[in-house]
Amino acid sequence: MRFLLVEDNIQLASAVVDRLTLDGHAVDHADTISAAHACIAAASYDLILLDIMLPDGDGRDFLAAHRRAANKTPVIVLTARSQVSDRVGLLDLGADDYITKPFEFSELEARCRAVLRRQGGVADNRRSFANTVLDSMAATLSFDSTERNLRNRELRLLEIFYGSPGQIFTKSHLMDRLFSFDEEASENAIEVYIGRLRKKLEGSAAKIETVRGLGYRLVAVS
Amino acid sequence: MFWPAKSSIRRRLTVQLLVIAAALSLVFFLIVRVIADQAATATQDNILLASATSISDALYSERGAVTVEIPYSALSMLGTISQDRVFYRVSEGGRTLTGYDDLPLPDVAPRAAQSRFDTFLYRGETVRSVAVSRTVSSGGSNVDVTVVVAQTRLGLALISSRISFFAAIFGVLFFLVATALSLLAAQSALSPLERLKQSLQRRGAHDLRPVQAELPDELTPLVDALNNFMGRLRASLAQSEDFIAEAAHRVRTPLAVVRAQAEIALRRVERPENKTSLREMIRAVDESSRSAGQLLDHAMVTFRTDALADDEFDLAVVTKSVCDHLLPTAELKDILLIQQFPDTPCPFRGDAILMQNALRNVLDNALKYSPADSTVHIGVDSDDQGYRISFNDQGRGFGSSDVASLTQRFSRGSNVADIVGSGLGLTIADEVARAHNGRLEISSNPKGPGACVSLIFPQP
Repeated sequence: MRFLLVEDNIQLASAVVDRLTLDGHAVDHADTISAAHACIAAASYDLILLDIMLPDGDGRDFLAAHRRAANKTPVIVLTARSQVSDRVGLLDLGADDYITKPFEFSELEARCRAVLRRQGGVADNRRSFANTVLDSMAATLSFDSTERNLRNRELRLLEIFYGSPGQIFTKSHLMDRLFSFDEEASENAIEVYIGRLRKKLEGSAAKIETVRGLGYRLVAVS
Repeated sequence: MFWPAKSSIRRRLTVQLLVIAAALSLVFFLIVRVIADQAATATQDNILLASATSISDALYSERGAVTVEIPYSALSMLGTISQDRVFYRVSEGGRTLTGYDDLPLPDVAPRAAQSRFDTFLYRGETVRSVAVSRTVSSGGSNVDVTVVVAQTRLGLALISSRISFFAAIFGVLFFLVATALSLLAAQSALSPLERLKQSLQRRGAHDLRPVQAELPDELTPLVDALNNFMGRLRASLAQSEDFIAEAAHRVRTPLAVVRAQAEIALRRVERPENKTSLREMIRAVDESSRSAGQLLDHAMVTFRTDALADDEFDLAVVTKSVCDHLLPTAELKDILLIQQFPDTPCPFRGDAILMQNALRNVLDNALKYSPADSTVHIGVDSDDQGYRISFNDQGRGFGSSDVASLTQRFSRGSNVADIVGSGLGLTIADEVARAHNGRLEISSNPKGPGACVSLIFPQP
């Protein structure tokens, strides 16, 4: 997917860009409102992540202009202001959602996904491996013309594997991606989710293989 | 005059006017009495004088002796006044010619054609007397004869008491009329104050707009001062809001950088001990950002409850918007949000932003303490008593912690040390509920795990 990140804090912006790029998204970064306008004029985006306090103006003005121009690209506002002061106004101005800094990337992803799902989805939201297709927006896994629904964590776990088939992921890596940091999670919990995924993949040409002592990887059944 | 420091102007004004009215009534009564007494006395004096004069006119000399025949009219004219007793004495150089021997003569006999009035006690009764002198030629010599006529004052006292009675009635009537007028005057003098009071009461304690009632000049400085003060308070509240928003921004942005960088580093490092320290770091960032955020939120809530907005909104709609917003967060843990709203609208007046914040804090708590793959029930119930918004989770509940103390600042359950939290979420919800005349109810689920937190608002 293609993101536009409008954020004047360079360190935060580079971290967000890095992280989204790691997950295979394309991200353009604008550090001012005028740069953001230039980006929008030049390219089309699936989603805009917008900071409110920008050096050349208020992100809300950009938002209002964006909506006046009948631009339908969804906007998620990144706000660092007090939760009590201006949230309602953000949604009234046409933001699709907001997230408070500092945020967890998995929450940002979840909000992006929710917003995009509401919008009707984007084209490149399917990934296939062997004879299976993983549809992130619909949260389904299909093969042999059958469709299985995935719960959120199952989907996110599958997304990790489908993002890099054949790569070995350690349990601790998967835990970090799946659980929030204030959750008490054990490595057993990962085994539970792997077990569920194996059930859903049963009968397909793909399977999650245990690499003893290292972790798990997605492989095609020969 | 002493007045207690906290007294009513109306009472003060009324009492002062009544004291003046009472004093005026009394003066009126006394003046009428004195004038009436004087008039009655003058009337009696005139008759007494006429009687004495007519007696003295009847003196004549016969065979060298002064003789008198009391004319009937002289005494009958006195009788016309009342049943008073009449005494007279005609004496010639101390020798009584006729009449009462013991009727005292004046110490100094009045000169001819002059009269002398006196009041004294005679035979146990107060009498008014007049003495006149006349020189009668008798046997070639001139003799000074003194005529004294006295009359008791019963009739006079009667007239006087009757006049006093009427004077008293008029005094009381005057006082009563003055009382009514005083009350009216106090009422009308105080009506601008009453208007100001009503205008202030109507607007409620949190309305900081300037007062614009039509008021007399005397109240203008007071109202100006009040408006000035409210203006400054408004500005100061707005400034505080800006300050808090700015403070939140300053604190959260660098924390966001640290957190984002740490999360990326966590993806890249391999060694378990590095991963552990990065996780610890992220937890610490979460903790501080959450505390800072909620402290600032709490400050904002305190400010806003002081100047509560008066929005009209639907409680179910606000609750639904909070659920919608937290849905992605719930999905991250595969938590199902089951929402139940009444079919009818739930109109409510209050501060929509505060309400949203309170509900979000409660739901956020429920999600935080819920295990993965569980359910949170959110329900809005409405009846003629009011509204109840309840959040039921399947989390660990409140354990053995004192449920009542959970709404105190920085108080957290005894069983949640492993989860990031500031202990302000329920405090905020509680304060918002109370600012809207409602309350927060916390209970552990008696049948199994989970907690139930409800916000209860009376019907507006």
